[in-house]
Amino acid sequence: MGGGNPLWRFVGVRPTALFFFVYLYLPIIVLLVLSFNENRTATIWTTFSTQWYAVVLDNDNIMRAARNSVIVATSATIIATILATLAALGMARARFRGQDAISATIAMPLVVPEIVTAVATLLFFVLIGLKLGLLTVFLAHTVFCIPFAYLPIRARLEGMDPALPEAAADLYANEWQAFRRVILPLLWPGVASGAMLAFIISLDDFVITYFVAGAGATTLPVYIFGMIRIGITPEVNAISALMLLVSILFVSLSYLVGRLRR
Amino acid sequence: MPMGWFRRSKTHRQMALIGPAVLFLAVLMLIPIVLMGYVSFLERGEFGGVRWSDHTVDAYVAFLFERDFDGSLQLNTDYLQIFLRSFWLSIGTTVLTLLVGFPTAFYMALQPPRYRNLLIFLVTIPFWTNLLVRNYAWILLLRNGGLIDSALAWLGLTDAPISVLYTPFAVAIGLSYSYLPFMVLPIYASLEKLDFRLVEAAFDLGADRRRALARVIIPLAAPGIAAGCILVFIPSLGAYVTPELLGGGKSLMIGSLIQNQFGAARNWPFGAALAFALLGIVLLAIVIYLLRFRRSPGEMT
Repeated sequence: MGGGNPLWRFVGVRPTALFFFVYLYLPIIVLLVLSFNENRTATIWTTFSTQWYAVVLDNDNIMRAARNSVIVATSATIIATILATLAALGMARARFRGQDAISATIAMPLVVPEIVTAVATLLFFVLIGLKLGLLTVFLAHTVFCIPFAYLPIRARLEGMDPALPEAAADLYANEWQAFRRVILPLLWPGVASGAMLAFIISLDDFVITYFVAGAGATTLPVYIFGMIRIGITPEVNAISALMLLVSILFVSLSYLVGRLRR
Repeated sequence: MPMGWFRRSKTHRQMALIGPAVLFLAVLMLIPIVLMGYVSFLERGEFGGVRWSDHTVDAYVAFLFERDFDGSLQLNTDYLQIFLRSFWLSIGTTVLTLLVGFPTAFYMALQPPRYRNLLIFLVTIPFWTNLLVRNYAWILLLRNGGLIDSALAWLGLTDAPISVLYTPFAVAIGLSYSYLPFMVLPIYASLEKLDFRLVEAAFDLGADRRRALARVIIPLAAPGIAAGCILVFIPSLGAYVTPELLGGGKSLMIGSLIQNQFGAARNWPFGAALAFALLGIVLLAIVIYLLRFRRSPGEMT
């Protein structure tokens, strides 16, 4: 960027940007504030209280749904991260024919509308006779977690100095040693960052889960959806605020880890 | 090529690394989509599900026609209207996000680098939070007696409840809110690379703001703008959560229509056909984008 800052010439840019950030954060802040509202009527403020958090944490259905969410997110994250790390290592080598097709396949869950993936996955499970439950949710989640885990890992590999593993080879490291001692330590922030993104994406998913969960495998977002359908209550405020905070915590962690010593 | 250490090993090693992920996605993503296409040509089962042996194009006919009691076909535009409504709502959402997103990206690109990263981070955070929760927050804001309604009444600007919630307008607000980051980030990415000396040069050569914008900035940012529009349009078109929560019965969109076929309506082939049609529109949009904009930066004019 050279010369003077041309911002001043464009009237309205600064106010629009300000409007944008207010628009982006106002609903989140309002929700967080209202979750601490003591009043039974969810939108009328009376006094500060954490009672609704206690109510939520004491609700067996919510805790069961939360446990399902954590089980699914953890297992989907582990499998997706392993598959994504291997694929990223494979893709980082010399270009080959069909590489674009493979990139497109990995990116597919990001491109296809969620509702289409949901329908297709549901039909597939029904066809092969797999009973809808935690297993089907786990499989469906692993699919869309793969690209989210893959992208940061791939980016990390792209940014890696090619001379480093070569230096290791010059120093008589065999391939495995070079991988273990040189590539992996440099790669792990990418892997950790990808895994955390996969985890929140799985934790937050609603549409696909809604289709493939069946009756016994209600996750937290599916349960919250049911609660919202019934009505606006302080309980919904509290559990929603909790989900927001967990997501923000994980994405901040992922961001910090991803920026470690490049 | 960053992975020089691997150079000596053979291609099959590479395939063994990539293989598991691709196989997983092929089995659980590609095959299901092909299967969905197949199901759309099947006869519906009596109590939901499908009859695997009976093939028919009923699902596609049902999109435009309904069968009368005597078996003759009558034109029925209900479903077409839902598709058109989804289409226009998505276009509206794309335009709204562009109007807010472009100036924002422009503003971000002109900030000092250290400050820019913070702004990008602030733009991405809401994307990673739960979509359901973000849309729920808009119920709190938009409903009668909610924050916006109370504020307007307190300021004396309105004397009746705003009644915005459960209208197509509320859906457009919710969709714009949900997908705004997708508009800002690609535009920012192309503006960040823009050499602002070119803009200065345009001013020096006597261009006014409008001409500098139309002749220099927008053409250079075009790939980002196009990417942003695609990234907002696609999820808006297939949205389910936002119209379910913020839209009323009169703003039904494709997503809800599809879901309904697997819930109350129990017409799986029709649901599959609708999803397949949606996928077709999305792929068409992507192909147009790729044909028009997928060029190396050097080729771009």
